[in-house]
Amino acid sequence: MMLGKTAGGLFWMFRYLERAENTARLLEAGWHMALNRSSTASNEWQSIVTTAGVLNAYNQKYDEFSASHVINFLLRDKDNPSSVMNSIDLARSNARQVRTALSSEVWEAVNECWMILKQELARPVVERNLHDMLSMIRYRTSVVRGALYGTMLRNDIFAFSRLGTFLERADNTARILDVKYYLLLPSASFVGSSMDNVQWEVILHSVSAQRSYRWLHGGDISAQGIVDFLVFDRRMPRSLAFCVAETVQYLDQLEQEYGTRQDSQILAERMADRMSQNTIESVFQNGLHEFLAEFIADTTQLAKHIEQDFSFYG
Amino acid sequence: MLISQDQVRDPYSVYYDWFSKEDLKRLRLKSTEAEAFFRKIGITFNVYGQDEADERLIPFDIVPRIISSREWARLERGIDQRVRAINAFLHDIYHRQEILRAGRIPAELIAKNEAFLPEMIGVNPPGGVYSHIAGVDLVRTGEDDFFVLEDNVRTPSGVSYMLENRETMLQMFPELFTRMKVRPVSAYPRLLRRSLSNCAPENSPNRKPVVAVLTPGIHNSAYFEHAFLADQMGAELVESNDLSVVDGRIAMRTTQGFQPVDVIYRRVDDAYLDPLNFNPESLLGVPGIMDVYRAGNITLANAPGTGIADDKALYSYMPDIIEFYTGEQAILKNVPTWRCSEEDSLAYVLEHLSELVVKEVHGSGGYGMLVGPAANKKELSDFEAKLRAKPANYIAQPTLALSTVPILAKSGLAPRHVDLRPFVLVSPNSIDITPGGLTRVALKQGSLVVNSSQGGGTKDTWVLGD
Repeated sequence: MMLGKTAGGLFWMFRYLERAENTARLLEAGWHMALNRSSTASNEWQSIVTTAGVLNAYNQKYDEFSASHVINFLLRDKDNPSSVMNSIDLARSNARQVRTALSSEVWEAVNECWMILKQELARPVVERNLHDMLSMIRYRTSVVRGALYGTMLRNDIFAFSRLGTFLERADNTARILDVKYYLLLPSASFVGSSMDNVQWEVILHSVSAQRSYRWLHGGDISAQGIVDFLVFDRRMPRSLAFCVAETVQYLDQLEQEYGTRQDSQILAERMADRMSQNTIESVFQNGLHEFLAEFIADTTQLAKHIEQDFSFYG
Repeated sequence: MLISQDQVRDPYSVYYDWFSKEDLKRLRLKSTEAEAFFRKIGITFNVYGQDEADERLIPFDIVPRIISSREWARLERGIDQRVRAINAFLHDIYHRQEILRAGRIPAELIAKNEAFLPEMIGVNPPGGVYSHIAGVDLVRTGEDDFFVLEDNVRTPSGVSYMLENRETMLQMFPELFTRMKVRPVSAYPRLLRRSLSNCAPENSPNRKPVVAVLTPGIHNSAYFEHAFLADQMGAELVESNDLSVVDGRIAMRTTQGFQPVDVIYRRVDDAYLDPLNFNPESLLGVPGIMDVYRAGNITLANAPGTGIADDKALYSYMPDIIEFYTGEQAILKNVPTWRCSEEDSLAYVLEHLSELVVKEVHGSGGYGMLVGPAANKKELSDFEAKLRAKPANYIAQPTLALSTVPILAKSGLAPRHVDLRPFVLVSPNSIDITPGGLTRVALKQGSLVVNSSQGGGTKDTWVLGD
């Protein structure tokens, strides 16, 4: 048993941490892309902003897509609600709120992450320092995850933390796929072209999965192969199927601990069923975009149900 | 620390030996380390009226303040006597008011006092305790001359500094703790939990008392302390929106529905505690909590209305209060006080303004006070005008020749003025005084103001064992 507010604080703390990490990964992937294809670099930067889901906020501020604008907008702009700094700020603010539920190692890891980023991101980031900055963000968020795994009881506190992580991650992976698909596959004729492959590789890169994909599929990079990997492969810790399976598992754990079955569980199981009933062929046939849009809507719905079922707010 | 140029006060002798062999550079490095440590664990506070994002550290001085076991024993007796008297006074003032009938304190001092809560008349707090937690502010002027500045029986803060300062010192100077027998303070959270549990309502539906710390929230300047205490006690940290009145009891909203709470250690002032009974604008309180309290279904620590006992207007009557309820002379002295409400006193105060410290009766945090010897002409005349306009708002005290303790300054050890706030826990059948406390130090040379909001810092307080 714990306070509803605390459960909500844990959930959001880990959502924001995951968001910060994903934004950093996305930026890294896009940056590599832009470096390798200098002629159309600004397209690439635009694509990153779109994928991060902050195009509107960006357009209100800037007229063109330049490396330095995009980098700073995604990393440290106060007007970008999902910037890494804003996310870390919110994660830490939630952590302060739920301090009594965290081990001191987890709290210190979050607090240090915030202190360091606040200092490092106080001034604009130049491209020359971008690599170090992105590694540091990934490193600092990993330390939090490590402290969570190494020091926290596997009880409801852990479950709510992980639920936040996996819902955010599922949402992120789905958005990355959707945006890239939308941008890159206006017609089926593009599938298989070489330019297309490079773009798909960016997707793998942004979820840190080039190497694991190569292990599993050799050099055979195809749109279908990558979508299959990121949607259905349950060995892949950032795939939709993996995130859904984890979500179901933690909701089950809460059912066992609390002795009550909740609406959110039914919804999560329905999502899991859809994963196992569909195949990559059926998804491409019926439209990847439709499939992903439905998935994203379900994720949003599920988060709402969790929030109600466990009384996050009054 | 020093008696004269070359004679070290007894309790400091071992420390001084050690210090004189230390390298000043290393010690300064330790100071920086301590600061990093505080930032990492997040012992920061927000200064009111400043940017919310601005989290500040209270400066920490690495030289401990050391008190011998003999000195402490005397303090302990004095504090014990004081909190016993205060709890007896609170019970009396909200019941038969014998002390007023006996004419020991003027009745209008109570009746017209904002800190007196008529809602508490006839109420019996569960366990019979009013002030469960007290932090008595003391200063010292000579070897055995301790004076009480304030009793702080509402919601004294600073205990987290007592605990974390010690934790920091243990990490930085373990060797000192093997050389000297310093009495531990770490039992405080456990004793706090026990004291609070012992006062739980007897009709509780819970098998074990459920204790919660009520905080105004993350932006409160003492939020760290609230979270820290909840954490250390294994209690829930709640805000007003986590609590409701359910079936005549206070309950907190959990992931599994509402759970009745037995004891609330509230860090919210009386006025904000219950928008139905007190300030209707308050968002920090729980509507109806006073009704639950009066029905005996929740314990509030400290009880509402305890502020009447540490009100500055009553301060000068403390020796009478102690004598009235314990039959003993006060062990700890009061600072001589002129009540500006009295004509003769006012005349004296106005005449000697440049020698006195004048305080607002309801002020706190060192704001709105005049330190005569440190004030310039303009400040004195401005204050005089305020004093003449509302004399009853002020009390005046002489500036005491406060003792100093050393801090680590740029050029080595340097003397600074300090006060001391030991923390006391009161349960129905015991009084626990933690050997130590919060030592606040005025870091500016010559300054007498130790408040953290005005350039004060803290140090660890060592009470030596026998």
